[in-house]
Amino acid sequence: MAKRLSVIDNDLCVGCQSCMFACARRFSEGGLAKSCIHVHSAGGIDKGFVVVVCRACADPPCARVCPTDALLPREGGGVRLQPKECIGCGNCVRACPFGAVMWDGEQNKPHICVYCGYCAPYCPYGVIALEEIQEASHDRR
Amino acid sequence: MTADSLLERVLYVDLSERRYSVQRRPELFQDALGGTGVAIRLLQEECPAGADPLGPENPMIMAVGPLVGLYPLASKTVAMFKSPLTGNLGESHAGGRSAVALRMAGYGALVVRGASKLPVYLVIDEQGVSFRDASALWGVRSSYTVGSVLRDREPGTGLRSIMRIGRAGERQVRYACVITETYRHFGRLGMGAVWGSKGLKALVIRGKQSLPVADRRAYRRAYDAVYDAATKSSLMQKYHELGTAMNVAPLNELGGLPTRNLQTARFEGADAISGERLAEEYLGRRVACAHCPVACIHLATLRTAYPNEPYFYKTQLVGYDHEPIFAAGTMLGLDNVNGLLRLLDEIEILGLDAMSAGVSLAWATEALERGLISLEETDGVPLAFGDAQSYVAAAQRIVSQPTAFYSALAQGVEHAASVYGGADAALAFGGNEMPGYHTGPGCHVGWLAGARHSHLDNAGYSVDLKLAQSGASMTPTELAEALLREERWRQVLTSLVVCLFARNVYDPQTVVDTLATVGHACTADDLQRMGAEILQAKYAFKEREGFRMEDLRIPERISETPSPLGQVGPAYVREALAAYRQGL
Repeated sequence: MAKRLSVIDNDLCVGCQSCMFACARRFSEGGLAKSCIHVHSAGGIDKGFVVVVCRACADPPCARVCPTDALLPREGGGVRLQPKECIGCGNCVRACPFGAVMWDGEQNKPHICVYCGYCAPYCPYGVIALEEIQEASHDRR
Repeated sequence: MTADSLLERVLYVDLSERRYSVQRRPELFQDALGGTGVAIRLLQEECPAGADPLGPENPMIMAVGPLVGLYPLASKTVAMFKSPLTGNLGESHAGGRSAVALRMAGYGALVVRGASKLPVYLVIDEQGVSFRDASALWGVRSSYTVGSVLRDREPGTGLRSIMRIGRAGERQVRYACVITETYRHFGRLGMGAVWGSKGLKALVIRGKQSLPVADRRAYRRAYDAVYDAATKSSLMQKYHELGTAMNVAPLNELGGLPTRNLQTARFEGADAISGERLAEEYLGRRVACAHCPVACIHLATLRTAYPNEPYFYKTQLVGYDHEPIFAAGTMLGLDNVNGLLRLLDEIEILGLDAMSAGVSLAWATEALERGLISLEETDGVPLAFGDAQSYVAAAQRIVSQPTAFYSALAQGVEHAASVYGGADAALAFGGNEMPGYHTGPGCHVGWLAGARHSHLDNAGYSVDLKLAQSGASMTPTELAEALLREERWRQVLTSLVVCLFARNVYDPQTVVDTLATVGHACTADDLQRMGAEILQAKYAFKEREGFRMEDLRIPERISETPSPLGQVGPAYVREALAAYRQGL
């Protein structure tokens, strides 16, 4: 079964962004340019935080709008990026209603979650977890 | 490109000329790491001797360090300027997203020169600096509103820091703060007034850079060691659970909690405003600085009923910590949580430093009791210990300044007492209002020596507490040496901009290891030497601007009210200060 990163409970998030830094550290670098997770306040820190991750859609809109098939649907949900095919048009960024397709300005290509789960153990509060995707469900969190 | 090739970029902004430039200063960061070490060098370069702290010649400097954006808990920005409150070194630290944002925008330090005739705010990112008209934001009643306007107007949510002053900064109250991310502050020593004098209303800093490392495998290994120490050991647990407010109850138990302008050091209402009580009954949310898993920021829920409308409430979150609970709570005799939170909320709206404001109001209350001032001076506000409503009204008047008395109080309690009398009870140390400890001579010597006014945490109080526990004693020289030893190392940590709460995570070997992974080779001895040099450089600036250890005023009150270590003798304090100066 395919796995994806799930947001268990936004309200547990303290906004430390450890997950964002962990995602960039997959490439053994610091900073945030390569992070595929985005944590931002829900309109001011007093309102709490929103954790944006790729939901691994069954029929991903980002793949549907890719003119070069650089984004291919993955079996079980989600997508795989083939950077060589990407022309940097940014359609995928605009197509994702959650804003989960990030943009790497340095490479002029998208960054999309690869569902590796490296980030999850770095969340000290259990906000995110790598989970098996349930059969084409529409009740995802 | 290495991570340091971004760090070495210093952004210079001239508000008078509306120009900016970037200079590469690798030597600065090689010799002095970042943070405190780099900021004091830039201050020496930029600030002319005898500068007017509220004139265009006073620079405002911010610096971050080599571990920011790479390692957890390196999340502070160090700001330096000449302080309008003390007339010498102004150093203030803040967390929030400030440090990560400046680093991710691609700069190691920021220097703001000159002054703008028109109120402005600046947007700083990878592309450079944009100057934006802030005349419509100038005079807005609440600092919250300024934050929310900029949040909507400027892009970059989640990847930016929004720093701003309130009306206190605009009116140049000498202990006005700069607020960042609503609940963090460059609180102490009046940076808000410096911004006000420059016509600088806000800074929006944003960015999203890559930071390559020197040794990729060692980097991930060193990261995990730091991360595990911060999250899986007990080192940081107390900061996460109750936060700094955990100190209120034990300090009170010990008799070291300044109460009613330090007329006593025990507060009968301490339980009602303790960290435990606030966490159980009022805690609404815990939040973290960027890249810090600890989440020590505690926000209490304040529910207020509107007086003229039934069943109509507003619910706000108000930040609390030990020091605000001391300054706006015990020092003012407030044991009513709603009253305390309402006062803290007003202080945030105005953009005052909570500690200086509370200590000033505590002195003013005693001055009114003693007849040094009358209701005429207070503009009819009947200041009385325990009366939150009067303190809210008085805090507003420190900013609006309807009488000469409030104008004097807006210059600090030291100045106000020099005009109206009552210096014995004016609890300023080197011109800066006291923090929330009366644990023994260590804390007072530490504040008077004033190596790090910026930070609430002073090595002195922990020395006091250890002596109180062990029953041992120290000679003045031993105390001075203990303070200096700790202070030198803390210069290293604040140059790395590691949060001082994490000082037990970042021991010397960990610092050496983490720096090696980012290409900064040094030994523990090198670090100790740097720490000593940075401390000396700070005192060279202080003394150039007139600071003299032997001229410091010791408020009589600290000797009148017993501490857990007994009476704090002025002769002992003087001797320790002389030894401290000698030992530098």
